[in-house]
Amino acid sequence: MRWVNVRPRRRNSVLLGALPLLLIIVVYLFAAAARHAVNPSDKILPTPAAMVAAMRSLLVDADPLSGHLIFWADTLASLERLGLALGICALSALLVGMVLGVLPAARATFGGLVMTVAVIPPIALLPVLFIVFGLGETAKIALIVIGVTPFLIRDLADHVAALPQEQLIKAQTLGASSWQLALRVALPQAMPRLIAGLRLSLGPAWVYLISAEAIASDIGLGYRIFLVRRYLSMDIIIPYVAWISLLAILMDVALAQLSRRGFTWAHQASR
Amino acid sequence: MSELLTFKNVWLEYGEKIVLERVDLGIAERSFVSIVGPSGAGKSSFLRLVLGQEAPTRGRILLDGKLLTPECGPDRGVVFQRYSVFPHLTALRNVMFGRECTSAPFAARLFGAARRAAAEEAEAMLVEVGLGDALHLYPAQLSGGMQQRLAIAQALMARPRVLLLDEPFGALDPGIRQDMHRLILRLWQEHALTVLMVTHDIREAFGLGTRVLAFDKRRIDPHAPHRFGATAVYDLLLTRKSPADMPDIPSEVLRLTESVITNTEDSL
Repeated sequence: MRWVNVRPRRRNSVLLGALPLLLIIVVYLFAAAARHAVNPSDKILPTPAAMVAAMRSLLVDADPLSGHLIFWADTLASLERLGLALGICALSALLVGMVLGVLPAARATFGGLVMTVAVIPPIALLPVLFIVFGLGETAKIALIVIGVTPFLIRDLADHVAALPQEQLIKAQTLGASSWQLALRVALPQAMPRLIAGLRLSLGPAWVYLISAEAIASDIGLGYRIFLVRRYLSMDIIIPYVAWISLLAILMDVALAQLSRRGFTWAHQASR
Repeated sequence: MSELLTFKNVWLEYGEKIVLERVDLGIAERSFVSIVGPSGAGKSSFLRLVLGQEAPTRGRILLDGKLLTPECGPDRGVVFQRYSVFPHLTALRNVMFGRECTSAPFAARLFGAARRAAAEEAEAMLVEVGLGDALHLYPAQLSGGMQQRLAIAQALMARPRVLLLDEPFGALDPGIRQDMHRLILRLWQEHALTVLMVTHDIREAFGLGTRVLAFDKRRIDPHAPHRFGATAVYDLLLTRKSPADMPDIPSEVLRLTESVITNTEDSL
């Protein structure tokens, strides 16, 4: 049998998918044990016990200065920034993307502008944002919005503009106005695409969030990682990174579910 | 029978290229006009003109004696070969779409009694085209033939003055196509429709039509083939019998039309 025709069954594929992750953990455990055998106070590859001990103080003990449970306060702050930013991204992308996709005149006028903004590396704008918005929440949220929105707008506008011409003609012969066409034909078909775009944007969004937090912040997951880096605290960094990955995966799954539940029609072809 | 659509010396040009020239036609109300011709002979351009997707470069098109606006409107219904139903709406909502647009300019949705009335009407239309069991299915769950039935039902809900069919059955299996032929003839009769149908299938053209238009270029300049446009070179009125029976195509007519097509394809 050819390799291309070997298809694992569903249950097997879950196991297969877990295998590399398990392997990495096992390799890590061995490497950590080996380093600790040589130097019991090694900080580069902390043992699970050391991570639990270090995280315990962040998870359950209130910070004497602020009175927060640091880990949860960091998580909340980061998710708040990310959620707010992605919300703004989604709404503005929907609005602008729809206008550009539906109206050829708008596309001709503003398509170039969106493309120009899209090619600016967002991190290069971070100093500008800090100067304009100060070091508060606004600059961090603005960075994510500027980083993600142009991509979403372009993706959505292209998708809407590529809707079959036949559909638009048909809607018009049924008496639909431009507004009705946008509302009833383009918008519902843009939504699953917007969600797909958001899923793809989660990665960049986290990058911008962590960058902004690393540079100027006093709370947040990214801030914490960069803070404890000074003390070589891998026992905190590694659990934080794992937690960030878990959050990212959960957000991705939630968006996928939202698309599946809310827009069943868009997922029927793949069944 | 009164004249519904009138073409007065209609030309369609794209810059240097002349697609249609000197189209002079009158199309009677309640007629079923089949349009045949080789590829690139302007059949679809002709349909687009009627649809209002394009404006004639010269000449006038009148619908009910009034100048046709070069924009699609609810007085002209259309069924394309593909993509003419909305994938995100169930069959029922697809058919209700037109009513929702005309009755609710801002929300484009109906509620309460108005919604129930529209749904009932849509359901009756779907039953009529044989989709009574598929009310709540999405187009992706329907076969090609069922999708075309849906597209027809959707178009008929708007009560168009003219129904335009652009190779509506071209992508269907032969068996399904026969069913669709019977369906469209029945609807044409019952709804007193005027139909313009572009097709590649000569038998279909003669089997369904009361009148067959063959589009082709009357003249060809070998050095500048784009400088002569196509027009209706044959205009055959078929004496129509009961709508159910599929007449034999007169052999000389079949030969004639087929020769139109083969000849031009050779010369192109």
